[in-house]
Amino acid sequence: MYPAKFDYYQATSVDEVLSLLQQHGEDAKILAGGHSLIPMMKLRLASPAVLVDIGQVADLRGFSTVADGSLRIGAMTTYHEIADANTGLDALTEVCSIMGDLQVRNRGTIGGNLSHNDPAADLPAVALALDAQLEIRGPSGERLAPMEEFIVGLMETALAPGDLVVAVRFPPSGPASGSAYEKFENPASGYAICGVAAWVRRDGTGRIESCRVALTGAADYAQRLRPVEEAMMGQQAGSEGIDAAAAKAGEGLQFLSDIHADDVYRAHLTHVLTRRVLQKAIERAQ
Amino acid sequence: MQVTMTVNGKSYTRDVEPRLLLVDFIRSELALTGTNIGCDTSQCGACTIHLNGKAVKSCTVFAVQAAGAELTTIEGLAGTGLHPMQQAFWDKHGLQCGYCTPGMIMTAVKLVERHGGTLSEEEIRHGLAGNLCRCTGYQNIVKAVQQAATEMGGGD
Ligand SMILES: Cc1cc2nc3c(=O)[nH]c(=O)nc-3n(C[C@H](O)[C@H](O)[C@H](O)COP(=O)(O)OP(=O)(O)OC[C@H]3O[C@@H](n4cnc5c(N)ncnc54)[C@H](O)[C@@H]3O)c2cc1C
Ligand code: FES
Ligand code: FES
Repeated sequence: MYPAKFDYYQATSVDEVLSLLQQHGEDAKILAGGHSLIPMMKLRLASPAVLVDIGQVADLRGFSTVADGSLRIGAMTTYHEIADANTGLDALTEVCSIMGDLQVRNRGTIGGNLSHNDPAADLPAVALALDAQLEIRGPSGERLAPMEEFIVGLMETALAPGDLVVAVRFPPSGPASGSAYEKFENPASGYAICGVAAWVRRDGTGRIESCRVALTGAADYAQRLRPVEEAMMGQQAGSEGIDAAAAKAGEGLQFLSDIHADDVYRAHLTHVLTRRVLQKAIERAQ
Repeated sequence: MQVTMTVNGKSYTRDVEPRLLLVDFIRSELALTGTNIGCDTSQCGACTIHLNGKAVKSCTVFAVQAAGAELTTIEGLAGTGLHPMQQAFWDKHGLQCGYCTPGMIMTAVKLVERHGGTLSEEEIRHGLAGNLCRCTGYQNIVKAVQQAATEMGGGD
């Protein structure tokens, strides 16, 4: 299986990426880790005339801290690099240690995963639960997009033609907080049939005072589970209130039905994984 | 496009089409056929090599992406004798038809380097999830990696 022919450019700076994208317009696609794009090109589900490889752009890799204390991770940083980095964000470390397989984790990038926005990808749920923001540069300049605005629909994002995700920012988790990711995976592909990420913060008495929960794999696109979040407020660890909150996980959702799992099963998985992930996040919020 | 890369310590320059996959560069251009193509759909790991010290599936990388890189294939793993991982696959009968073996070994070497000698069975199975074997049932592969892990020790 061979992709259709294309012209290849290897950029070495962010400015060069942007000008190559401008120059080639709709014909061009960004090549990051290539672990979604190359398989799609081999199947000819994608046949871009031009590839702009961002793999050699040093500025797109690595970790730094920005003024508001957020952790900034370059778009080309791989899952393995994130898993090894001791970011203090448990759900992020967790998801970057289990996505795909060892080889995929050496190539897949945070920017590529979020830009691709596959409905069964793991990272979008974690980025939502951790309140991530995407740093985007493009023809209209520079902007910050909160993850929830970035995800527009099924494999659709707020990226406009010529836009490049430069980095992903995660606010510090804060004291008495914890996060986790739980997934039920397709045994063949490893992708999420259902995945739930959670972040919680507890007040002085141990009750939940803030909470974000997000789902992936089970619906058209990754999204926050607001009814669960609201029901979690003020709950005490180990209480029945947590089960009751998790039971709200399916509210207002249209679940996917396909050969891997039907909607009833995905609804069930969503409930069970929401309960588990909340318990795990709470345990970590000491 | 002209690309130059170092494979098993030797530098090669070739003129390639951008769409040439790294695995075909290795097999067809360099005639290093130890690296196998099993699925060509990024699933089986038979094509695993080391790209700048990282285990990757070479069917899911374009050769042009590896310009300037250092590669190791199964042919370059042994020193004066077999690599401890190769010896362990031999000792523990970690193969039957042998098709998956080069990829298994290339992944397993990096797995052990990553976790060191204290690798648990569960970690080995999780670490080799991207390598499929249609013959062995994995039992002896796990035993081979355990033996090699003990010998290689270390970890980072
Ligand atoms: C065997 C296998 C198993 C996998 N299992 C999982 C899994 O369990 N969970 C999971 O979440 N994923 C899984 N994946 C997908 C993998 O994580 C991909 O690496 C990821 O989806 C895309 O990241 P990438 O860096 O490879 O991007 P690429 O494939 O290079 O690009 C993907 C898309 O995003 C665009 N893009 C890339 N970077 C940017 C950027 N910085 N700015 C703007 N646009 C950009 C590209 O133009 C392209 O359209 C698996 C893949 C394989 C091959
Ligand atoms: S041939 Fe590359 S993963 Fe199967
Ligand atoms: S030994 Fe035959 S595929 Fe593994």
